[in-house]
Amino acid sequence: MNTSAKAPRKVSMGVIGPILALILLVIAGALMNSNFLDWNNISNVLARSAFIGIIAVGMTFVITAGGLDLSVGSMAAFIAGLMILVMNTALPVLGVGIPIVLLGMAVALLAGIVAGLLNGILITRLGIEAFIVTLGSMGIYRSLVTWLADGGTLSLDFTLRTFYQPVYYGGIFGVSWPIIVFALVVVVGEVLMRATAFGRHCAAIGSNDQVARYSAVRVARVRLLTYVMLGLLVGVATIMYVPRLGSASSATGLLWELEAIAAVIVGGTVLKGGFGRVWGTVIGVLILTLIGNILNLTDFVSPYLNGAIQGAIIILAVILQRGRKPGL
Amino acid sequence: MKRLISALALSTALVSPAFAQETKVIGVSIPAATHGWAGGMNYFAQAAITRLEATYPELDFVLSTASDPSRQVNDIEDMLATRNIDALVVLPFESEPLTGPVQAVADAGVWVTVVDRGLSVEGIEDLYVAGDNPGFGRVSGEYMASQMPDGGDIVVLRGIPTTIDNERVAGFEEAIEGSGINILGMEHGNWNRDTSFTVMQDFLSRHENIDAVWASDDDMAIGVLAAIEAAGRDDIQFVLGGAGMKEMIQRAMEGDSMIPANVTYPPSMIASAIEVTALGMVSQTPVSGEFIIGSVLVTQENAEEFYYPDSPF
Repeated sequence: MNTSAKAPRKVSMGVIGPILALILLVIAGALMNSNFLDWNNISNVLARSAFIGIIAVGMTFVITAGGLDLSVGSMAAFIAGLMILVMNTALPVLGVGIPIVLLGMAVALLAGIVAGLLNGILITRLGIEAFIVTLGSMGIYRSLVTWLADGGTLSLDFTLRTFYQPVYYGGIFGVSWPIIVFALVVVVGEVLMRATAFGRHCAAIGSNDQVARYSAVRVARVRLLTYVMLGLLVGVATIMYVPRLGSASSATGLLWELEAIAAVIVGGTVLKGGFGRVWGTVIGVLILTLIGNILNLTDFVSPYLNGAIQGAIIILAVILQRGRKPGL
Repeated sequence: MKRLISALALSTALVSPAFAQETKVIGVSIPAATHGWAGGMNYFAQAAITRLEATYPELDFVLSTASDPSRQVNDIEDMLATRNIDALVVLPFESEPLTGPVQAVADAGVWVTVVDRGLSVEGIEDLYVAGDNPGFGRVSGEYMASQMPDGGDIVVLRGIPTTIDNERVAGFEEAIEGSGINILGMEHGNWNRDTSFTVMQDFLSRHENIDAVWASDDDMAIGVLAAIEAAGRDDIQFVLGGAGMKEMIQRAMEGDSMIPANVTYPPSMIASAIEVTALGMVSQTPVSGEFIIGSVLVTQENAEEFYYPDSPF
């Protein structure tokens, strides 16, 4: 009846919900441990959010356009393994230095684009469900990395790792590179989503692809682009990930896909598509990472229950932002 | 008559060697190589099979790796139904779900060897080969106590919440009791490098001073070391991992003060199990019973004996 009167309230609740949850978490963290607001801790939390965060920004576009990608965690592991292999192989020729790092980065970005393109083509050109395609590629990449590593761990040459390490641990003005790259990705993502035809087309396709098609939106192309973009961002995340521990194994990137999807949904993007918010995704990522951090900083709950607390907060955050919506 | 005798001679000549060389099939079912230790186990299983097939032409092996318990059950059912196995060597993914299917295999008259994780019902297996989990914790705890005679503050990273992990931690806690060692905090690193890295970062934020870390696994120790290095902390004297990863054994061998020791929990126990089972198939040697492989403390002095450069783990 008076939906027009209720509409602004609904939106404002959706906006405030995740922010409110984040503020509550920060207060709880500060109360439980005096080191929580220490720059070292904040910096650690932000840097470790960067992997999932960068991927989740790409996932926001995919989900907004009505798609889904379950393969990102395995894809990251595979790209990391490939990157390490290529860099180790090129070491005798190129030596330790900037060129070999650039080569590694190029391999990661290229592999990400190709992987995204493969997913996207199967989904848009052959018309197979995104869920099925990416479920399949999830298994393929996970097996490939196990195979590349011969069941063990692929490790970057030690001197090379020492040289490459500043890409994760270094930075400018005390802000480490992963945080800076994450921030840049978010700004670009936000602009793309809000101010470009691409962003509007994603939302249009996600809310109704038939209508979008009749409105002259190139549905298949836009969808394909969202998967390529996500693949590229998985490559970017991997570039940041490899210098951290200098290794990739079949346990790398396990469940990242679910964390990224959870962050997107907690941030207010609709799982069925049609409405997406990049900055909301950032808040979603921060909420999820902070819960883990706070639980590690206190002995308040049994470590057996960490997963349950995280699950409860995911559900709670979504309830908070949907509070005013009718229960359908 | 002559023809009959020669035919008889011929047939016995044909039959008796064939009887002696009757092919026996041994099925081996193990979890897939989804983490370092399992990767090592896969390597040692394959190496043992290659060696035994060359040594005993009358033995045939079927190896399958499964990424979850239900797939492992499928593998075992297939082995029984289509490969006609005479013996099964199984490292159960989980005890409960595998108990019924392995029981069915044993009921079909197949020799059963269970490795590492026991089944929920006793008396199914003919041979049990396992590592010593309480011993793993105890040896680790005793080493900690010996290195910190005046006591100190440590943090502990645990594995995935399982009975294996509980047994290890209980053994550890028992061993350090009364030594003055105080456990500041325990969290699950899930036998994973990344998780351990973040857990250790948080431990470092939370505690001003940590004297040592029981990482309880080498994958976790690598994550812990990276976190310590990145934080630039010099209060931690050493990190004790476990399971005998070759890089860690190498560091102990070279006298690295951060990694002074290791405690074994050998992935090669699967090879012991396959070898002993094969011995039971080809000879009259009695091999049933229990074979517990003790956890050994590896230090700079004996590290060389535990270094396998070809293994992926």
